[in-house]
Amino acid sequence: MSLYILSKEKLPAFVEALQAGFRVVGPVRTPTGFAFEEITQADQLQLDYTTTILPPKKYFLPQRETLFKYHTGSNPEGAQSVDVEPVFQDVQPTVIFGMHTCDMSGIMLYDKVFSEGFRDEHYMTRRDKMVIIGIECLHPCDDASFCKDMGTLTAPPIYDLHMTEVDDDYLIDTGSEKGERLLLNYSEAKMATTDHMQRLGRVLSAKWPRFRMRLKMSKDQTPSLLTLGYNAHIWEELGERCLACGSCTNVCPTCFCFDVQDELDINMQDGERVRVWDSCQLHEFALVAGGHNFRESKASRVRHRLMRKGKYIKQVHGLSGCTGCGRCERACLVDITIPGTLNALHDEMKVESGV
Amino acid sequence: MIPNLTTTTTPRAYNGHTSIYLPTIATIEDVHNETELEKIYTVRLPGGQNLGHTPGQFVMVSLPGVGEAPISVMSSPSRTGQTFRLCIRNAGDLTNVIHQLKPGDKVGIRGPFGRGFPVDLYKGKDVLIAAGGLGLAPARSLIDEILDNRANFGRLIILYGARSPAEILFRDALAEWNERDDVESLLTVDRPDEAWLGHVGVITRLFEHIQVNPYHTVAITVGPPVMYRFVVMELLGKGLTPEQIWMSFERRMKCGVGKCGHCQVNHRYSCQDGPAWTYAEALAFEEAL
Ligand SMILES: Cc1cc2nc3c(=O)[nH]c(=O)nc-3n(C[C@H](O)[C@H](O)[C@H](O)COP(=O)(O)OP(=O)(O)OC[C@H]3O[C@@H](n4cnc5c(N)ncnc54)[C@H](O)[C@@H]3O)c2cc1C
Ligand code: SF4
Ligand code: SF4
Ligand code: FES
Repeated sequence: MSLYILSKEKLPAFVEALQAGFRVVGPVRTPTGFAFEEITQADQLQLDYTTTILPPKKYFLPQRETLFKYHTGSNPEGAQSVDVEPVFQDVQPTVIFGMHTCDMSGIMLYDKVFSEGFRDEHYMTRRDKMVIIGIECLHPCDDASFCKDMGTLTAPPIYDLHMTEVDDDYLIDTGSEKGERLLLNYSEAKMATTDHMQRLGRVLSAKWPRFRMRLKMSKDQTPSLLTLGYNAHIWEELGERCLACGSCTNVCPTCFCFDVQDELDINMQDGERVRVWDSCQLHEFALVAGGHNFRESKASRVRHRLMRKGKYIKQVHGLSGCTGCGRCERACLVDITIPGTLNALHDEMKVESGV
Repeated sequence: MIPNLTTTTTPRAYNGHTSIYLPTIATIEDVHNETELEKIYTVRLPGGQNLGHTPGQFVMVSLPGVGEAPISVMSSPSRTGQTFRLCIRNAGDLTNVIHQLKPGDKVGIRGPFGRGFPVDLYKGKDVLIAAGGLGLAPARSLIDEILDNRANFGRLIILYGARSPAEILFRDALAEWNERDDVESLLTVDRPDEAWLGHVGVITRLFEHIQVNPYHTVAITVGPPVMYRFVVMELLGKGLTPEQIWMSFERRMKCGVGKCGHCQVNHRYSCQDGPAWTYAEALAFEEAL
C-alpha cells in the first residue's frame, strides 16, 4: 500500500480524532511499569515505551469472557426448562495504538487459531472491530528480548497502519484500506516523498545492529532440537525449580489455552458460562477422571510449554509459538527462560552427540 | 491404510449456532440404571434431529450452572434415529448432578466431535474389540454398527474386562452376543465374587483363549489409560502391526473444538484428530501412552 508522513506534533490530533469513533488503547505509564490501557487523553500515550507486563492480548482474548447466558427454570406444567443465549463480549470499535512487532506476531497467531477449523465467533467478531496501529521498534526493550532470534523484529502483515519514528516525523505504512481511510480522514498525513523513504530506509537499517541474538541455534532448528531433546536431563532440573505458578503463560502473547467454567447467580436460576485463561503449568491441566494425569510432574509441564513454543504450534499453525518478547523471562521468579532453556538443551545435545 | 491425519469430520456445529460453545438444549427421554455407577440416558435433540455421528465420536454434555464434559456416544449410527444413547459414570461434580436427572429434564449437547473409528476401513476384516470398564460404551457403538451390517465384516471377537461382577455393563447385550454364533465374546473380571463362574483376571488374560489371522484382523481397544500398554503388547504378540491397532484416548477436554489446549497430545488435539488413533500414530507421539 502507500507510505505517508505525519509530523510528531500532529499525532495528538490524530489520536483525539480517532477517539470520536473508537475506544483507543495504547501503552501508558503506570506505577508498576508500562501497560496497555484505554487512553482518554492523547498525551497519555507513551509510544517510546519498552515493554508491558501483559501483552495487548487482553483486548483480543479477555482474561475472563462470557460465552453465553443461561436461564433455568420450570414452566407452569412443572417441566424443567433451559434457555441459552450467546454473548459476544467487548465487541466495540477499538484502535490498538503502538503495538510492537512481536506482539503483532502474537495476534497473527491468534487470528489463525480462532479462524481455522471451528471458527470462534467470540474472538472473530471482536477482532473484526479492531484496528491495529503498530510501531517499529528501534531499540530492544531490555535484556530479556530475543525478537531478533525469533524473526519478529519486523512487522507482520496484520497491521492497518504501522508507524516508524524518523526524526520529528512518523512515517506510516498502510496495511489495509481501512487503515488508510482512517489516516486520511482523521489526520493531516501526507504522501511520503522519495526523500522520506530514503530517511526511513536509513533508520530501519541502522536499527538491526542494536539488537543482539541470544540463541545458539536458529529458530528453524528449534523443532528438531526439541525433538532430539525430549528426554534430556534439563527438564528434570527445570521441573525442580519451577513453582508451577503459571505466570509465564499468563503474560505470554502466544498463549491462548483456556478453562471453561459455569457461574451461577444467587437466584440459582440464571448464570453464565465463561472462559478464563488457563495454564498448562498448573497441575490440573491434563488431569482426567480416575485420577490419571498426563503431565503429573512439573518437568513434563515445563517441557510441554517449551515444546509448544518451539515446535508444536509451528507444526499445527505454521507460525512460531514464541515471539521472543521476553515477558515470561521477566515474570518468572526462578529465572526459567526460553533462550536459557533452548541453549542448555543445545549444549546437552551437543555433548551427547559428541560434536 | 491410515486415513489422512487431518481432521476427518468437516467442522460444523450441527445446528448452525453462531457460537461454537453454545449447546443445543436436548431432552432426556429415558434414564436406565445400568450399574451402581453408570446410567444410560436416551437423549432427543429438538425436532428429533439425527445426531449424525460415527462410532467413537463424542458429544459435549452440559448442564448450565454445573459444567460440561465429553461423553462418547453409545448408540451406533445404525440404531440412531430421533434419539441417541449415552452411558454416563458418576465420576465427579457434573456427572453426579447428571445422575439426578429424570426423563423430561434437559441437557445441553454440542457435537458430535472428533475422529471416530473408521468403520469403512474395517469392512471385510476380522474385527477384534478389547474393552475395559466404561470403554465398552464407546465400543458398543462400533459393535452394534458391525452387528447391523454383519455381512460386511469377518469374525467379530469381543473381549471385555470389568473390575467386578457388579460393574459389568450391558448384561443383555453380552447375553445376546453369547448366543450368536457370529460373535465370539469373552468376559473376565478382576475381582470375582462367590457366584462368579467365568474368567478371572485382567483383560490381557483373555488373549490366550483366542487365535487370530494377523493378516486379516483389525483390533480396537478402548479403556482406562493404564490398560493400553498391556493390550497393545498382546496384540503385537499376535502378529498385528501398529497400523492395525486402534485405540481411543482419554484426555481432559474443555472445548471439543481444538481451541482450549487441554486435550493436546504432542502437537495434536485429541478432540479433533482423535479420540481414535492408531497405535502407529501413537508411537510417533512422545506423550501418547
Ligand atoms: C473422549 C472422551 C469420551 C468420554 N466418554 C465417556 C463416557 O462415555 N461415559 C462417561 O461416563 N465418561 C466419559 N468420559 C469421561 C468424562 O468426560 C469424565 O468422567 C467427566 O468429565 C467427569 O466430569 P465431572 O464434572 O463429573 O467430574 P469432575 O468433578 O470435574 O472431576 C472428576 C475427574 O474427572 C476429570 N475431568 C474433569 N473434567 C474433565 C474433562 N473435561 N475431560 C476429562 N476428564 C475430566 C477430573 O480431572 C477429575 O479427575 C469421556 C472422556 C473423554 C475425553
Ligand atoms: S514464550 Fe516467553 S518470550 Fe516467547 S512469546 Fe511467550 S512470553 Fe514472549
Ligand atoms: S513463571 Fe517460572 S516458576 Fe512460574 S510456572 Fe512459569 S516457569 Fe514455572
Ligand atoms: S478439548 Fe479443547 S482443544 Fe481439545
